[in-house]
Amino acid sequence: MPANRFYTSLFATLLICLSSPAEARESARDNYNTYCIQCHGMQGNGMGLNIRDMSVQPRDHTDAKSMGGRSDAELFKVIKEGGFAINKSILMPPWGATFSDNEINDLVQYLRSLCKCKHGG
Amino acid sequence: MGMRSMLFLLLVFTVLVTPAKNRAYASDGMSILKAQCASCHDMQGPAPATLAALWQRKGPDLFYAGNKYRQAWVERWLQSPKRIRPSGMFYRDHIRPGEKRDVVDVATLNEHIRLNADDAKSVAVALATMKANSSLVSAEKHDPNLSPGPLGEMLFDKIYGCMACHQIEPGFGGLSGPEVYTAGKRLKPEFMLSYIRSPQAWDPKIWMPNKHVPDMNMQKIVNYIMDLSKEDWDAGK
Repeated sequence: MPANRFYTSLFATLLICLSSPAEARESARDNYNTYCIQCHGMQGNGMGLNIRDMSVQPRDHTDAKSMGGRSDAELFKVIKEGGFAINKSILMPPWGATFSDNEINDLVQYLRSLCKCKHGG
Repeated sequence: MGMRSMLFLLLVFTVLVTPAKNRAYASDGMSILKAQCASCHDMQGPAPATLAALWQRKGPDLFYAGNKYRQAWVERWLQSPKRIRPSGMFYRDHIRPGEKRDVVDVATLNEHIRLNADDAKSVAVALATMKANSSLVSAEKHDPNLSPGPLGEMLFDKIYGCMACHQIEPGFGGLSGPEVYTAGKRLKPEFMLSYIRSPQAWDPKIWMPNKHVPDMNMQKIVNYIMDLSKEDWDAGK
């Protein structure tokens, strides 16, 4: 029935809206410059404010060689679930409660612009 | 008049006068808060829901101060305020690139105003009445017996990586979050439990992630933080 279908899609839309942790979709640049730079640095080079006493140093996001070794899917996973999820340091925390999946996808693209690189080269 | 009746009168007097006195302190405190604190601290809520609003925030939100701070600490601290956040309220506003890493630009940090003893007491009483998010703290039960012992630092540093952003002693640890070596004196344990459980429930845009710490380890981390506070960090300064 059309009415039923209407309510089903309305419900689905609502569910999608409500499942996103952040109300508004912030730009990747703004998110990076609020959350990531505390460790990865104002210039994205891994030289953040917090690194002096860290046992594992944060990734240099401008390093095309190391960033090119990661697929977009891996970058998505490490942002959402943390370093542990890809067998890297727990010092990289999971940001799944902070960013929506859309925001994480945007961040992955932003990282590609910082390293000027793609997966595998 | 016998000793017993004098004691009775004293008791009646105390019971009658104390709430009225507290109300007077609270009302004085509210006036001071409105006049001197509201330009930097939000006393209404809700917490910033966008980055633009987050960046505007000049001091910690106070609309849940009664659920967050220990009143005695507030009263002491306001008379002799000492920086808790090494890089200010929003760290990005107070850092610059340095030779080996980004560094705090100390010249950009502001001092907190200092209150006299009477005003500090009034403000502490008033803040204790500001209790947004009570359901979050009443959902927590602190167990002081779950001591991590010598493993506390390992939990805080190696297992959950909290030290990346928080100092566990003066000059040791990260700088983008508030120091934790004084947090046990400053914060209520139920607040710490609730905040670790979900920083976003208190402050949706805060730059502290939810690390999904299991209940038992949350208790141990909070007790580790309480242990850190037993040391007198200002001694010898």
